[in-house]
Amino acid sequence: MSGSYYVPETSKWPALGSAAVGLMMIGMGVVLVHGVGSLVLGLGTVAVLAVMWFWFRDVVIESRQGLYDAQMDRSFRWGMGWFIFSEVMFFAAFFGTLYYVRVFALPWLDGEGAKGIATLLWPDFTASWPLMNPPDSSISGPRDIVSPWQLPLVNTLFLVASSITLTVSHEALKEGLRATARNWLIVTLALGACFLVVQGVEYYEAYTHYGITLDAGIYGSTFFLLTGFHGFHVTVGVVTLAVMLGRILKGHFSRDDHFAFEAGAWYWHFVDVVWIGLFLFVYVF
Amino acid sequence: MAPKLPPQHTLEQSSATTTAGQAQEHDHHHGGPTGIKRWLLTTNHKEIGTLYLLFSLSMFFIGGIFALVVRAELFQPGLQLVEPEFFNQMTTMHGLIMVFGAVMPAFVGLANWMIPLQVGAPDMALPRLNNFSFWLLPVAFGLLLSTLFMPGGAPNFGWTFYAPLSTDYGPPSTTFFIFSLHIAGISSILGAINIIATILNMRAPGMRMMDMPLFVWTWLITAFLLIAVMPVLAGVITMMLMDINFGTSFFDAGGGGDPVLFQHLFWFFGHPEVYIMILPAFGIVSAIVPAFARKPLFGYASMVYATASIAILSFLVWVHHMFVVGLPLAAELFFMYTTMLIAVPTGVKVFNWVTTLFRGSITFETPMLFALAFIVMFTIGGFSGLMLAIVPADFQYHDTYFVVAHFHYVLVPGAVFAIIAGAYYWLPKWTGHYPDERLGRWHFWLSVIGVNLTFFPMHFSGLAGMPRRIPDYALQFADFNMVSSIGGFIFGVSQLLFIAVLIKCVRGGEKAPAKAWDGAEDLEWTVPSPAPLHTFETPPDLTSQAPQRH
Repeated sequence: MSGSYYVPETSKWPALGSAAVGLMMIGMGVVLVHGVGSLVLGLGTVAVLAVMWFWFRDVVIESRQGLYDAQMDRSFRWGMGWFIFSEVMFFAAFFGTLYYVRVFALPWLDGEGAKGIATLLWPDFTASWPLMNPPDSSISGPRDIVSPWQLPLVNTLFLVASSITLTVSHEALKEGLRATARNWLIVTLALGACFLVVQGVEYYEAYTHYGITLDAGIYGSTFFLLTGFHGFHVTVGVVTLAVMLGRILKGHFSRDDHFAFEAGAWYWHFVDVVWIGLFLFVYVF
Repeated sequence: MAPKLPPQHTLEQSSATTTAGQAQEHDHHHGGPTGIKRWLLTTNHKEIGTLYLLFSLSMFFIGGIFALVVRAELFQPGLQLVEPEFFNQMTTMHGLIMVFGAVMPAFVGLANWMIPLQVGAPDMALPRLNNFSFWLLPVAFGLLLSTLFMPGGAPNFGWTFYAPLSTDYGPPSTTFFIFSLHIAGISSILGAINIIATILNMRAPGMRMMDMPLFVWTWLITAFLLIAVMPVLAGVITMMLMDINFGTSFFDAGGGGDPVLFQHLFWFFGHPEVYIMILPAFGIVSAIVPAFARKPLFGYASMVYATASIAILSFLVWVHHMFVVGLPLAAELFFMYTTMLIAVPTGVKVFNWVTTLFRGSITFETPMLFALAFIVMFTIGGFSGLMLAIVPADFQYHDTYFVVAHFHYVLVPGAVFAIIAGAYYWLPKWTGHYPDERLGRWHFWLSVIGVNLTFFPMHFSGLAGMPRRIPDYALQFADFNMVSSIGGFIFGVSQLLFIAVLIKCVRGGEKAPAKAWDGAEDLEWTVPSPAPLHTFETPPDLTSQAPQRH
């Protein structure tokens, strides 16, 4: 409030960032539509990552120089909080899809209720979840499903444990116990990495043994949509926390000034909560 | 209607203090890059606001040209000028460009310029992110426009891109369209986050939430809507992308999915989206009407609550776009009633504006003309919306020109007129000069005549059964369509006057004092005109001021 709010002069990263995003998206589009241009996609992706690196680097440098006051800190908090809210809504669309298909679309295809007329399309269709036999015979459904009480349960334990270890690390940082914070953060990262490995194994089994694929009808579609985007978010979270570990090792962060760490923790807990929803509604029920 | 009085501001000229010298001094401090780099790298909210506004203006003309192609084809029955395939691309691109490229960025541009000035902040809360939000837009819309030149042409399935029309039957460029919308969506989300952080965290000491100008309030709520629904749009287009490219069956009943699911997801985004395009307009009108009626806004608190109510209700009405798709009766009734409920807070707003005018010392400068036209014609659009909310009536109106008439009334003399009104209102603050009043009046009257000639007959052709998005029509609709097309060209060409006004105003004209309009009370009128590059570097302390609004 004292007029010390830091307004950066100019920066080349935002403009370069949008050019990089454009390059990446054009590359992805050309790859998907024309089957060429993976070089453009690769270059664009590298450019996006590079811009993120340098942009965040500038922010870290400014923060280390003490240019940010308490008001700036609040701006970051609001910013991160609302960003996570946007992510919540992103996943809400996918969970909404899952519920809609299970509660409305499939029973209606089976002839139930006011929309029962849809049963005329495929009279032999019987609704079930998981949907093993999609209405159209040209689409072959999964042969089997992933049991929730094997790998998914292990992964649930990994993620829940990682949220706890991350909180321990955070509390240690707030107490000024840097070595403890570092160690528990390493444990958190290890748990996150284990999750990703297990998820990879599960995907492999889903494709090779269970016939759960992207084109196995709506079950495969929702399965990979939800777990895939969640897995991507875990990956982002692991990278974020790895950067935080690097910063702890470099001596950054103090007891009461470590919002980057806290923001990463918020994000991690969010990803964890999404997984609980996934575990319950994609795997168990 | 034109007042014989001299514009009120000339009377006030002598009393208002101008601090242009101070402004120049400020500008000398700014030793950043020059030329194109200045605009590419800027972190200044005023420069970024200008970029947004200029971008929006160019999209307004591109989207307008697409609309005129449509109107030229529909001038007479029969296929006249363009192929039906191209006609479909024009209706689609017109809608997409106007919604995502013209109206939304215009409001973000106004927010960038005015919110820091209205809350007494030195800049937006996150200035670099602000620059990023803007520069994503030319990338997004460059990509979208490039689809016109791709094999198979641009998107041709309407701006609502319903599956399976867009997934199974769309052109190959659909994938690029999806990515362009992803980029535009990221831009909107980041912009909204920035606006919320600015409003919640950057207000001058002593400015409480209920002291904020309504433009700030409406934008706060709009930003919340944006963050809530743009991710849903991102989700649904991602599912489209997967259906097109990766063999999933989200919108394919043959695989157990449902095309209707697409519509639910789209309109869960789409209905809040239409309020995203109108709430900031409410804020602008709520600034202009009191300024030119020289009375404080009637019912400030009820305006805030009405805005919030509209925002909350906007999440509960999306199915009214889908009444004919085949839904359980309970859903039709529920969404009919919630939709009608929206008329209540909207009515509160119209009532408050009219009551603000009541016994005011009104003058009719150009911003006020556009604001008054907004109140009248937005209300017409609101009433036809109420008609459309009635399920059995909607069965008749659905997908006819009546719907086209309805949403153009709320978007053109609604959102667009409010944006233009805001531009005329704040131009003295941006440029230091008053916009040319005579040209402004020509612009206003030609726009009003053009808009009503274009869209009013569409009510009748729609009620008589003319379907939308078809390049040909039955002979009985010929007269109405000819009138619509003439009106469309009048409206389109008269917007060139706006360009003339803008150029004239930037280059010179009557000098404006800090307080350019004598009934204008908000904080932006305490800084010099033109506003120096950096304002409120030390926030003004408002704690000692008496509560302004209630």
